[in-house]
Amino acid sequence: MVRFQNVQKSYDGETLVVKDLNLDIATGEFVTMLGPSGSGKTTTLMMLAGFEPATHGEIYLNGNPINNVPPHKRGIGMVFQNYALFPHMSVAENLAFPLAVRGQSKAEQEERVKRVLEMVELPEFGGRRPAQLSGGQQQRVAVARALVFEPDLVLMDEPLGALDKQLREQMQYEIKHIHESLGVTVVYVTHDQSEALTMSDRVAVFEDGIIQQLSSPEELYERPENSFVAQFIGENNKLRGTVQEVGRDKLATVKLDSGDMVKALAVGIGAKGERTLLSVRPERVAIEPKKTKNTVTLTGKVEELIYLGDHIRTRMSVAGHTDFIVKVPNNAEHHELSEGQTTTVGWEAEDCRALDDMAA
Amino acid sequence: MKKFLTTSLSILALGAVSTAASAEGSITAVSWGGAYTKSQVKAYHEPFTAKTGIKINSVDYSGGVAEVKAQVEAGNVSWDIVDVELSDAVRGCDEGIFEKIDHSTLPAGADGKPAQEDFLPGTLHECAVANIVWSTIYAYDDTKIGDKKPTTMADFFDTKTWAGKRGLRKGPKPNLEFALIADGIAAKDVYAELAKPEAIDRAFAKLATIKGDVVWWEAGAQPPQLLADGEVLMTTAYNGRIFNAVAAESKPFVIVWDGQVWDIDLWAIPKGAPNKDKAMEFLKFSTETEQLANQAKYIAYGPARLSSAPLVGKYEDGKIDMGPQMPTAPNNLTNAVQNDFEWWADNQDALNERFNAWLAQ
Amino acid sequence: MTDVTASGVPGAITTSDGVPLKVSLARATRRQRMQALLLVMPLLLFLLVAFVLPIGEMLFRSIYSPIGPNVLPNFSKVIHEWDGEDLPPEAVFEVFVKDMTKAKESNEIGKTIGNLATRVNYEIPGSRGLFTKSARKVKNITEGPYKEALIALDKRWENQHIWRTLQRISSNYTASFYLAATDRKYNEDNEIVRADPLYQIYLPILGKTLWLSALITFICLLIAYPVSYLLATLPLRTSNLLMIMVLLPFWTSLLVRTTAWIAMLQTEGIVNNILVFTRVISEESRIQMIYNQTGTIVAMVHILLPFMILPLYSVMKTIPPYYMRAARSLGATGTYSFIKVYFPQTIPGIAAGTLLVFILAIGYYITPALVGGSDGLLISNLIADHIKKTLNWSLGSALGAILLAIVLIFYWIYNKLVGVDNLKFG
Repeated sequence: MVRFQNVQKSYDGETLVVKDLNLDIATGEFVTMLGPSGSGKTTTLMMLAGFEPATHGEIYLNGNPINNVPPHKRGIGMVFQNYALFPHMSVAENLAFPLAVRGQSKAEQEERVKRVLEMVELPEFGGRRPAQLSGGQQQRVAVARALVFEPDLVLMDEPLGALDKQLREQMQYEIKHIHESLGVTVVYVTHDQSEALTMSDRVAVFEDGIIQQLSSPEELYERPENSFVAQFIGENNKLRGTVQEVGRDKLATVKLDSGDMVKALAVGIGAKGERTLLSVRPERVAIEPKKTKNTVTLTGKVEELIYLGDHIRTRMSVAGHTDFIVKVPNNAEHHELSEGQTTTVGWEAEDCRALDDMAA
Repeated sequence: MKKFLTTSLSILALGAVSTAASAEGSITAVSWGGAYTKSQVKAYHEPFTAKTGIKINSVDYSGGVAEVKAQVEAGNVSWDIVDVELSDAVRGCDEGIFEKIDHSTLPAGADGKPAQEDFLPGTLHECAVANIVWSTIYAYDDTKIGDKKPTTMADFFDTKTWAGKRGLRKGPKPNLEFALIADGIAAKDVYAELAKPEAIDRAFAKLATIKGDVVWWEAGAQPPQLLADGEVLMTTAYNGRIFNAVAAESKPFVIVWDGQVWDIDLWAIPKGAPNKDKAMEFLKFSTETEQLANQAKYIAYGPARLSSAPLVGKYEDGKIDMGPQMPTAPNNLTNAVQNDFEWWADNQDALNERFNAWLAQ
Repeated sequence: MTDVTASGVPGAITTSDGVPLKVSLARATRRQRMQALLLVMPLLLFLLVAFVLPIGEMLFRSIYSPIGPNVLPNFSKVIHEWDGEDLPPEAVFEVFVKDMTKAKESNEIGKTIGNLATRVNYEIPGSRGLFTKSARKVKNITEGPYKEALIALDKRWENQHIWRTLQRISSNYTASFYLAATDRKYNEDNEIVRADPLYQIYLPILGKTLWLSALITFICLLIAYPVSYLLATLPLRTSNLLMIMVLLPFWTSLLVRTTAWIAMLQTEGIVNNILVFTRVISEESRIQMIYNQTGTIVAMVHILLPFMILPLYSVMKTIPPYYMRAARSLGATGTYSFIKVYFPQTIPGIAAGTLLVFILAIGYYITPALVGGSDGLLISNLIADHIKKTLNWSLGSALGAILLAIVLIFYWIYNKLVGVDNLKFG
């Protein structure tokens, strides 16, 4: 449906904001562009919407190049960060705007507006001004407006950024449901990883104008391909070391800076002697683990305990890193720890990914 | 707070002292500013202060009695003596905002003639004493006029022979007089003619013949500027302004005296003036023969006293003989008329309206 | 205390000691309100002294003219009995002569013969001399018949019009200044008629003022709109520079700016010189761009432009660019988006700017007087003339009141159309 081919973008002619972007989005897919601010995700979206020309490369929509198609002829619905509801028009007028532009009859417009208002569960709100609506209601109207003219593709630029946490979560599901029920293709931009993971079919993690990883939320979380993705998505513990050996079973032997030798899944490491960053999720770390073949164990000292109800967040010193986090489940057989206590921590070698060390 | 109070009190006290000081030795004289006020400072103020020790604060205004009226009505008069036009003197006197002046107390002329006889006829008013005679004339730029020079008022209206713009004061006075003189009425008969209603129509009709070529001016400083800029070929103006442009700025302007309408400026004392007695003293001093004659050294306005005329000498640069520059010089008076304030007082308001209506057509 | 006495109104909420909540609240906030009042007191006093009182006085002056009763107190009492036919009876003449004799001695402001002469002269142009001249001789009339003696003094006393006018102005209040301000007057039969067309000035000039102000406002809007848009959308550094250029005129005096325009536009001025030099026009066909309507419009637009730009800019500044993007993404062309989305949001700025410029334009008079030539006469010049030169403050006040009424009407219309709350002045 959408294809970015070698797209580059520069505003000042000196630095590239988007570097050689290649991305294919299938019809009906929900793709999220995730990344910190300044990573190029919004610029990419604006190029797709037609508000920013690509400096180089070509963008295709349904197989046709659209670089020279003005935004109003692209037929792409868009939800803006601040909703961009026209303040001088009522909700119904806002919703009828794209229909009026397309020359639909008044009756047709009314019919469609009514339908779309019902879809976003605001059937009584047509006569109100946007300023008279709550943030969540405005958000729904904005989504409805982007959908009312039945575009194949809808772009959403951090649409939930202005909402409070609870409303945001609720809206995530609603948007997801609308996406599923209409079968429309959605390209979604956010810097909130949980939003990305909750809603998307695929997530493109942006950093420094490059897609660092493009995969399903599960893949992204479970199998980050580089240290940026690993750190950006979810929480993880970092251990630095040097590659000693890469075995045939994809397991590498790494000598940590503390001197400990550990095994880890080789993902993005160089040859022997190169620096690497080991990444292991806190929930995969166990206290006093049962030993299996590939279990890695290290000693750790409990620095801090934070009671969080369902688990106890434990900060430990492990292999010279004092910010090693372990999530100890608050179940019947969990270990009673106290601050200052020394114990062993361990994980399966496959759960620890040896990645590039960006700091190196 | 206490400190604030004492400070304010001492400032107030200081103010009171300085007011008292000014009451001791100064008066506020109000005039038209520029070269005109300068000539008064040289000829009146400085000798007066030298003689009496009374200082004179010079304040500029742009004419009219509105400010005096406002001050008098509010009972808060800060001006002691004001240089006014005759029409304003009459109006102000009628409205009771100027002090009456006893003419018999004015000093006699240098030749011993009593004041009532020494002042030019019509220059002593119930509430005001004239100091100078000024005139509205017309002038042209000698370098631009061509070989044939205009000499009469009729020439001013002759846009066939002298094609080009004309500057006129925006108002009926003294354009109506000029129009009638240009239309063949002798200057001395103008007001007799104007008493007939059809004469007004005739004057407006004459003005209408050049209306399309007129640039209207309002402030006295404008006409010399219009001439200098080449914006007009000829313009009516106050003679002193043109003289100053010629004498001080060496402009090649020539005054045509034919058909001049002359008028007077007078000293008047607002009712309730804070230093009324000193102002009266100044009024008498400044309108003495010698002071009036002296003033002509600085500006081309004629002294209001007959006895001053023989004493008029040269311009301050010592070259230009001032006598012939005066509106009252015999050569300049061959076809001239004094502005008839009575007639204007009667008809001014209506004619202003008619003039404005005519202008807007 | 029972519930019934505690709350006079059934259901009203009271505090724990039984005081109605509203009373208690009022008590608690009284101190704050007093403080707030004290803070705005200087402004209120200033407004009262500098704004409300003068306008009140202006309105009062336009109808209050006590000169008749002041100068001729006894006459003003008896003239009412005259039926307006022929001439007043001998007894009225006697009172008139005695009042005139007395008034001649008066030197009090507002009570002199001069005041009366001026007042009657407003009604009957040219009659001023009748009063001032007769006043000098009237003391010689010491015995009857007064009517004949007065007419012997001046034939014009036979004129019924004079007496009807004196009868009319013997009241403290008059409508004649409003009549004069609308080019109307009383004729000899005491009927209100239009003034002689040759003397009709106020309504035509008022019309011209309104028309010219509207034109200037429109031109200002045309020029200011794109400039404000640029200012609102350019990067801060560039827009600051532009803003300085917009505000530059504010830093120079009005007269300097006006004079600068004269230097630019006069026939021997810079613009014409350039046109002649570049052979766009010939030496003979220099264009008259000043001392006519063009000059007025150019200079006024320049002077008033910032008053249009500032409210427009401040409104446009608050319109984020994503509205236009949203409209485009919804399928609207640039023009359509502008008309339907951007433009309506700038209406508060347009309304404020046009109102501001229009009202200022109606009141301007120095600039048109200097650069407008014979076309530069606007209603404010007439008002200024009456205040400063002719001293007919009552007529000036009546004109001012009419102008005020027009401004208020415009304000009211704006309120209906745009809503005053929506006006954004910056």
